[in-house]
Amino acid sequence: MSTTTDNLSEVQEAARAALGQRIVGRIEQLDAVAQLMQIPAAKVAGVASFYHYFRLKPRGKFLINICLGTACYVKGADRVAQRLMDELGISWGETSSDGMFTLEGARCLGTCGLAPVVMINEEVHASVTPDEIPVILQKYLKQARDEAQ
Amino acid sequence: MPEKKTISLTIDETPITVEEGTTIMQAAERLGIRIPRLCYHPSLSLAGSCRVCIVEVEEMPYYMASCSVVVWEGMVVRTSSPEIRRARRDIVELLLDNHPMDCQTCDRDGNCELQNLAYAMGVRQRHFEGQRKSFPIEDSSISLIRDPQKCILCGRCIRVCAEIQGVYNLSQQGRGFRTVVGPAHLAKMDDSVCIQCGQCINVCPTAAFLEKQQTSKVWKALAKQGQHVVVQTAPSIRAAIGEGFGLPPGTPVTGKMVTALRRLGFDAIFDTDFAADMTIVEEAHEFLGRLKNGPLPMITSCSPGWISFLEKFYPELIPHASSCKSPMSMLSTLVKTYYAKQIGMEPENITMVAVMPCVAKKYEAARPEHALPDGTPYTDAVLTTRELIWMIKCYGIDFDDLEDSEFDSPLGLASGAGDIFGATGGVMEATLRAASELVTGKPADRLEFDEVRAVEGLRETYVAIGEQSIHVGVANGITNAKVLLDKVIEGKEQFHVIEVMACPGGCIGGGGQPYPPTGIDILDRDLLRKRASALYSIDTGKKLRKSYENPAVKKVYEEFLGEPGSKKAHELLHTHYTARLPRGIR
Repeated sequence: MSTTTDNLSEVQEAARAALGQRIVGRIEQLDAVAQLMQIPAAKVAGVASFYHYFRLKPRGKFLINICLGTACYVKGADRVAQRLMDELGISWGETSSDGMFTLEGARCLGTCGLAPVVMINEEVHASVTPDEIPVILQKYLKQARDEAQ
Repeated sequence: MPEKKTISLTIDETPITVEEGTTIMQAAERLGIRIPRLCYHPSLSLAGSCRVCIVEVEEMPYYMASCSVVVWEGMVVRTSSPEIRRARRDIVELLLDNHPMDCQTCDRDGNCELQNLAYAMGVRQRHFEGQRKSFPIEDSSISLIRDPQKCILCGRCIRVCAEIQGVYNLSQQGRGFRTVVGPAHLAKMDDSVCIQCGQCINVCPTAAFLEKQQTSKVWKALAKQGQHVVVQTAPSIRAAIGEGFGLPPGTPVTGKMVTALRRLGFDAIFDTDFAADMTIVEEAHEFLGRLKNGPLPMITSCSPGWISFLEKFYPELIPHASSCKSPMSMLSTLVKTYYAKQIGMEPENITMVAVMPCVAKKYEAARPEHALPDGTPYTDAVLTTRELIWMIKCYGIDFDDLEDSEFDSPLGLASGAGDIFGATGGVMEATLRAASELVTGKPADRLEFDEVRAVEGLRETYVAIGEQSIHVGVANGITNAKVLLDKVIEGKEQFHVIEVMACPGGCIGGGGQPYPPTGIDILDRDLLRKRASALYSIDTGKKLRKSYENPAVKKVYEEFLGEPGSKKAHELLHTHYTARLPRGIR
């Protein structure tokens, strides 16, 4: 791979893959990329902080993506999102203190007929109401507990 | 060479013919129209990001950024239709909607490009009250402050840091509303590869970067009973401080400056130029030693921004840096040792203030090696030229009407060689004046070495000294310096002496110099030339033009230091450097 700034994001992606899915783009790794490619650290950090698929903090075991597109929004996605934040004690882009959930918003998941939609990892939850949130979260916590045994 | 094609176009109903490749903005300037602008800077690459400089081009469906669109044949441009004026005003209003409303308490009040632009665009109302970005102020550095709330993301600081200084410490991080300019991972400035040159402060249109003020410390010392407050002013202050009081660039105001300092209440006013002469004496001595024993080239070490760069980016060249302290630190050291003894005072009852064109000098003053054995720093406070201008205004001194007066003795007499330290090539020229006599034993056949005045940023030349031909390099602006440093590392060319000044033009273009008036920018080579010419006129107006002949310098050696390069001189006037992290990418 040539070491120009043009393919900086590909190199970072390669570093991300090589270093494991969950720990992505830690500061030391970004600085290592900078030294290896002889690209200023400020430039590397600029790219890494611009693209949302680079994370500077470890992601939770379950990635919650709540759709905030127009259809989901008018069907109450904001209230669902608020409930998620209240239950987990986190805000956008943050990870719960037990390391289980990371909360993110998506613009449109393309399934407006199922609004409001919440995706947790690869699983789609349709027509979610705020009161269903604790039940859904419990299901994943149980799954994690079962896996640990 | 084929003749350049010309292009004919019309701007505001006036026909004009320009060379191919000219931008609309440049063509309009020929007609005396300065299209409003913000992110554009003539010395930096084009960003085209602020959209303030938009114009109407006939048959184009959208407004075009005049800074980055090249003219074409038959183009019809309108720079100031009602629609354009309104669009520009809207753009500036939107910038202001995400900007703190605190002009009256802002350090750039009266010097702010955004403020001036808002006035010129006719912004008289704030229409929207919405969410504003909110980021913490980063003020952990001893030299400068980064305030992202004032930032309008024009990117000039990023470009000057990368393109002129080759440091590349800054970038835009995050995206959208959360975008912020700072070092990698938004580290503290002192934990980054920042060299504290302060050029980001100079090019910032607002107050997103500022020097960290030390004026209150100085006011306090001046008011304290029994405290002996000494001040020294760097060579380039006298060439630029007048601009702060409306005098045209290039007006030398040494006498008025000294009178103003006396009025402010300083007990002794010394000249850093005196210590520049001492630096030359020590450095010439060091150079003669290096001519015999190496390592060559010797690289000057007066510029603390450059020293920072050396320690972070080229640590393998540290043995080449002259071990001489900078003139500022030499003078401060002498004040707290030699002078303190002379006036019979303890160093702790002396406050040493240095007025510098420089932000990095604040960092230099705080380095632990520049302190008495008990840890008392030799230099207690460093003020930039801008800070001194403010102190004089704050006091209410009518600068323009002041009588001239002289520096105090014993550390106030300087040769012309000391005066020119503030301009690029000045240290080199002063060194050559001294070295030529030391090597040949005869008076120098000439005093002026025009060939080392690197007004364009980089010079390499040979200078004859007696039988010997000396290969010299002079660079200002770190990007230019890198060219010479890489040659030293490659080893193909053997330099004898290299002068590096971190800031464009040398100290006269330092990071602490006055913000120039609207229409002139700090990196403008014409401005730098004018400031330099003020120093050259001081030099040529003096009888005493060689550092070695300075009687005040001779006296300090006789009474205190012994010989140049003596043990005591080494102890007090020399220093050392250390490789530092983070390591910069060069």
